[in-house]
Amino acid sequence: MLADDRLETAEWLPEVRRVLQICNVCGYCNGFCDVFDAARRRPALHDADLAHLANLCHGCRNCLYACQYAPPHALAVNLPRTLTAMRQHVYRRGIWPTALAGVFQHSGLSTVIVIFAAIACVLGLALLNVPAAMLVRPQQGLGAFYRILPWDTMVLLGALPLAWSSLAIGIGLRRYWRVTRPDSSPVTLAVLGAALYDILILRNLRGGGAGCNDFDHRLSHQRRRLHQTLLTGLLLSFAATLAATIYHHALGWEAPYPVLSLPVLTGTLGGISMAVASAGLLWLTWREDRIPTTRAARQFDHASLLLLSVVAVSGLSLLVWRDTAAMGLLLVVHLGGVLALFLLLPYSKPIHAGYRAIALVIEALEQSRQA
Amino acid sequence: MKLSTSAQPPAAPDVLVVGGGTAALCAAISARRAGASVVLLEQAPRMQRGGNTRHSRNLRVVHEMSTAFSAGTYSAAEFEADLLRATGGRGDPALTQQLVQASAAIPEWLLAAGVRLQPTTSGVLPVSRKTVFLLGGGMFMLNALYDTAARLGVIIRYDAGVTALRFSDRHLEQAWVGQEVLRPRTAILCSGGAQADQAWLERSWGAAARGFINRGTPFAKATLLASMPRQGIMLTGDPGAAYLVAVDARYPNADGGIVTRIRCMPLGIVVDATGQRRHDESGDTASTRYALWGQRLATWPRQTGYLILDAAGMRDAPPSLYPPLLADSLDALAMRLQIPYAALAATLERYNTAIISAGDAPETWRTERLQPPKSRDARPITEPPFAAYPMRPGITWTYHGVAVDARLRVQRQDGGHIDNLFAAGMIMAPNLLPSGYLSGLAMTIGIVFGCLAGTGAADYARR
Repeated sequence: MLADDRLETAEWLPEVRRVLQICNVCGYCNGFCDVFDAARRRPALHDADLAHLANLCHGCRNCLYACQYAPPHALAVNLPRTLTAMRQHVYRRGIWPTALAGVFQHSGLSTVIVIFAAIACVLGLALLNVPAAMLVRPQQGLGAFYRILPWDTMVLLGALPLAWSSLAIGIGLRRYWRVTRPDSSPVTLAVLGAALYDILILRNLRGGGAGCNDFDHRLSHQRRRLHQTLLTGLLLSFAATLAATIYHHALGWEAPYPVLSLPVLTGTLGGISMAVASAGLLWLTWREDRIPTTRAARQFDHASLLLLSVVAVSGLSLLVWRDTAAMGLLLVVHLGGVLALFLLLPYSKPIHAGYRAIALVIEALEQSRQA
Repeated sequence: MKLSTSAQPPAAPDVLVVGGGTAALCAAISARRAGASVVLLEQAPRMQRGGNTRHSRNLRVVHEMSTAFSAGTYSAAEFEADLLRATGGRGDPALTQQLVQASAAIPEWLLAAGVRLQPTTSGVLPVSRKTVFLLGGGMFMLNALYDTAARLGVIIRYDAGVTALRFSDRHLEQAWVGQEVLRPRTAILCSGGAQADQAWLERSWGAAARGFINRGTPFAKATLLASMPRQGIMLTGDPGAAYLVAVDARYPNADGGIVTRIRCMPLGIVVDATGQRRHDESGDTASTRYALWGQRLATWPRQTGYLILDAAGMRDAPPSLYPPLLADSLDALAMRLQIPYAALAATLERYNTAIISAGDAPETWRTERLQPPKSRDARPITEPPFAAYPMRPGITWTYHGVAVDARLRVQRQDGGHIDNLFAAGMIMAPNLLPSGYLSGLAMTIGIVFGCLAGTGAADYARR
């Protein structure tokens, strides 16, 4: 087995191929997820096949604990770890611009730096706008937030990094889709529907119904539930932002909104879901067996979970203490966190969503053709 | 009650289970559920626990109607007929009856013990009417059964091989684990076959045994079995019989399991180390075909054979653990394999010219006036590069074990039995399977007789 520091490079490809070749002969795990039948449809195991299979893998880890060839066996098959490393390799190859690969590779450090830099940036903008004393004085009534940072500055703080990130993600994913799609057969609505269904229930993260090996050889559904809680939280927070934009623009209502308004209710629910799920996933990865994963992948996960926690907790704190002197600084931290999240989107864990969605679309395509 | 597996185990449990595979776990769980205190001794370390079950996939069960886990029906009469054919009718009728009848309840028992079965609706299974498939295979089942056993309070010890048993007359008194002595009220032997014991195999096979590769657990030694006759215990089965299949000679280690098998003989020809063909490569199609090649290789020079394919054959070959040895020309291939080139070339020449390829389907092509013939799939071997899979016999289990009565009590040579020693699983399988093979049968034997021995031992211990 290759040492950890050489993982996620092209040197890893022969190991991915070796392991999947053994899986293709054995096939005992085909009840857990779609990876095994998809691998048998690709006996040649070209580089693009390895990339597709790695992203089709949801990391349930069942196939390690079920494997008759897992270490200490001489064949040393550790498919979850192998595919985890392969996914990291694919993500890195998809980084645009390539000069930013370092941000990806040192995910822990870069996340911390970007969080602090983003908060400092927001703080600087606020100080350009108001005297420092205003930041620590209670602000109340309509437009309180915008007295700290004007509305259009906030919009720019969100829109510019999002536009950049969308471009960077789009370029990486487009390249990936072109490499891994099987042929030019059309992606129908039915195929997209099947892929969406697989995302909503995480069909490939439940061990064929039995559950995953989240911690050790025992089965659990924790990772799957926490993941969907996190996803729900993100969607609710997005819905809250959308609702607030409509309130502000279309209806002309100025924030802060009352607790029983749509933006605050969805935002609060979203924030709580995100905070609980991030903490839960951090706890889960703290207790998980390290054998089926890599150090770099764990750091990658932890970095994004930490960032999401900052965003969620600062957002909730802002709601609780928005009428106090803490509001100004909480707003700065929250907006800084959001800015960091948006900036890091193409270079951090959230990128997995795009790759996995593409893998699920391709799998749905192949399954519909087989049926 | 919660008993830690690391606690100092009692030296005198009601039931001592010797072994750590399917039969042992089923015995331990059943005995514990019947109220006995149970210690299970697995000689392997934790990470290699479970014996040959590690490599299992499915098990054979009777079902009178279609179920979620098995399509169609498989009647008791059909199971019995299959067994009769496999064993030539040499199996113990009473045990055979018990096996067949009790097999119907296995899926429910396994599910209740936390084991997952693979539903047929998943659409990813080979069509199987006679067997049900374990989700994730034997290792996943072992995880569930070990957990269930531990939760019920079975004390599980690893690295704990029983080295000797001491009897007084018709009673088991002691079980030795190295220097440690246990005095259980009853014991159940579930320690499997002797496939890992080369010295033991050499007694029947001579030097040929050194050419075998053990596909199963490296812990299946004959230590206890070898000591039995001296202690008046009756053995049964055939010491010279073994389940052998053709495996890739390049994987010399134990525990090769399913992936080292060489399967695609019909796509090419099989020659021995002198370059001669010896058998019709397409003659057998039943699931017993793998075993036929293993038996044949055992008698060949250096216990080695070579499956020779050309480029066309390789294109149709299923995936294999290792890619075949390749050479651009036949003489280069002969050199790599250290086969006399002239002999190999002559064999191929004779084969290629004897092919009658009428019609487009290669499955129907055959040879004429060739000894041995190739009755189907006789494709010409002409397109370079040429490829070879070196093969040796892979031993999976042996057909030699302890004789038991219908209540699974170990029998003595004088006709009586040991009243507190039971046996289950592959160590007693030769009573009903003295030879032959049926897919999924070993697991069924382990579960059915493991459970019966477990309750039988608990009953005895309570008296």
